[in-house]
Formats: sequence, C-alpha cells, structure tokens
Amino acid sequence: MGKLKSLADLKKIQEEARSKLDLRVKGDNPESLVQIKVAMATCGIASGAKEVMNFLVEELDKRGIGAIVTQTGCMGYCYAEPTIEVKLPGQEPLVYGFVDRKRADEIIEKYIKNGELVDGIIPVNYEKIDQ
Amino acid sequence: MKELALHILDITQNSVRAKATFIEINILESPVTDILKITISDNGCGMSKDVLKNVTDPFYTTRTTRHVGLGLPLFKMNAIQSGGSLDITSEPGRGTTVEASFSYSNIDRPPMGDIGGTIALIISGNPEIDFRFSYQVESKRWSVDTTELREALGETPVTDLKVVKYLKEMITENINELNEENLIDDKY
Repeated sequence: MGKLKSLADLKKIQEEARSKLDLRVKGDNPESLVQIKVAMATCGIASGAKEVMNFLVEELDKRGIGAIVTQTGCMGYCYAEPTIEVKLPGQEPLVYGFVDRKRADEIIEKYIKNGELVDGIIPVNYEKIDQ
Repeated sequence: MKELALHILDITQNSVRAKATFIEINILESPVTDILKITISDNGCGMSKDVLKNVTDPFYTTRTTRHVGLGLPLFKMNAIQSGGSLDITSEPGRGTTVEASFSYSNIDRPPMGDIGGTIALIISGNPEIDFRFSYQVESKRWSVDTTELREALGETPVTDLKVVKYLKEMITENINELNEENLIDDKY
C-alpha cells in the first residue's frame, strides 16, 4: 500500500502553489483574484451547495484561474439555492441562483473568463414581499 | 440531509455565525459498542437558557433573513430516528457544544458521506477560524488542526485551491486507513 498523505508532503504542494501564485498576483492581494462565496446554510447544503463548491474548487484549479472560494451563510434566497456570489476583480459582486454543476461550469467559462452574463442572476434590488 | 457529513457542515456554520475563533469537530465510530458520535464544540458567543430551550424547534431561528431554522432540528431528527440523541450544552460567552449520537448499526442511520471533502471545505471556507478535527475508529485515532496546517503551509493561504484538494485527499486517506486497521484488528 502507498504512503499516506501527510502534512509533511503538503510542503511540496505549498512551494508549487506559491511559485504559481507569485506569477499571478505578486504577494498577498486578494483583490486581484476572483472571489466566490457559496451560500452554505441548511437550505444551501440541502440543495447541493457542497457539490457546487467542490466542483468550483476543482475546476477553477484545473482551468488555472486564480480564485478564492469561501462559504457564507443564508442570503435569504432559500428558494433559489444553491446560490453563489461571484466577484470579479474590480467589479461589483453578482449573485447567481439555482447553481448546479452545469450552471457553475457556464459561470466559469462565460462570466469569469469572458465577463459575459449568464442566466440565473438574482438582482440586487430584489426584496421579499413582506419587507 | 442525506449524509452525516452535510450535517457537520451545516452545524459548523452555526459556530461560525456565533463568532467562534476555534471549533473542534470530533467523530467517534465504534461498531463494537454500536455507537457513532459526532461532537462539534466552539468558543463562540454561546446561548442563554431560553434560546437553548428553543433551538431544536424548527420555527425558531435567530436569523432575520427567514423565519425557520432547520439545521439543528433536522440533525436531531436523524439522530432520534436512528436510535440516538442530540445534546446541546451552551454557556453565554463561553461557547456551545453539540453532541449527536447514533446507533451505528441502525438501518436509518445516514451514511457518513464525503467527510474528507467536507472538512477540507470547512477549513478553507472559513480561513480566519482555527479548527481541530479528529476521527476515531474504536481505539485508533487520527487528527489534524489548522495550527499545524498553517505551519506546514508557510505563507500559502489555506484557501489555495491546490491545498483544498490536497486536504480532502489527505483526510479521506487517513480515515480509510483507520477503518482498514480496524478490520485487520478484527480478524485476529
């Protein structure tokens, strides 16, 4: 049986990641990265937000896009879960609803790579009826 | 939730919202004594007795974005359905501990699911919080914490996509190894 992965081996990965990161951002400047927040409250998780977050992490890495994927709570759009907020460098964040693998793929290919808008945007001025 | 891992992801989010700076997740699997126990404890803001009484009521939530809170009620339901229970202890200002136990062999007990991926996402998704995760199968235990993780990482952030993938694989492999060791012990 092969050797188990451990924190010691992580050092290697770290060096690899570091050198790639340097080329891309030169130091710590999260502003120059794509920032994605996945809504992960009960509603999001139950509708598959973890799948989507996993997919985003894997695909963004595979496609060589510098991004930070983090979690956030419920944004109140439970009906549209899983929802994600995408912030391209220097732009206003956009919230996408009903994000499955297919739509996540579309968001990466069209919105993140080319800045084209994709179906499923939840407008910022949307308010619930009772508010 | 279809998997226990998803419950863990969900309940941990409560600790994050309670402004915890340290969260500990412990899982104990013991087929011999027929127990599976999940403990999540944090050093967040805690809850008063009144709030504590209400937390497993689905129509109680501290949120203002919606009127229901199903995280703990669903977790409790799953625990009770599979011959277990859910206990919450909390003290304002000190933190909260949620402990769910399941009958290991119960047919209604949801599978653990993708625990490696879940823990990796919890750690990378909340980079400003410290975590300790430990997994025990019978008497064999494996653990990882973010202090040692940060040491190994140097200046690379835990949010780095390669690191997240590596973490997932590392946790999954080590847990599988625990289970295998346990099977070998069983034979002799």
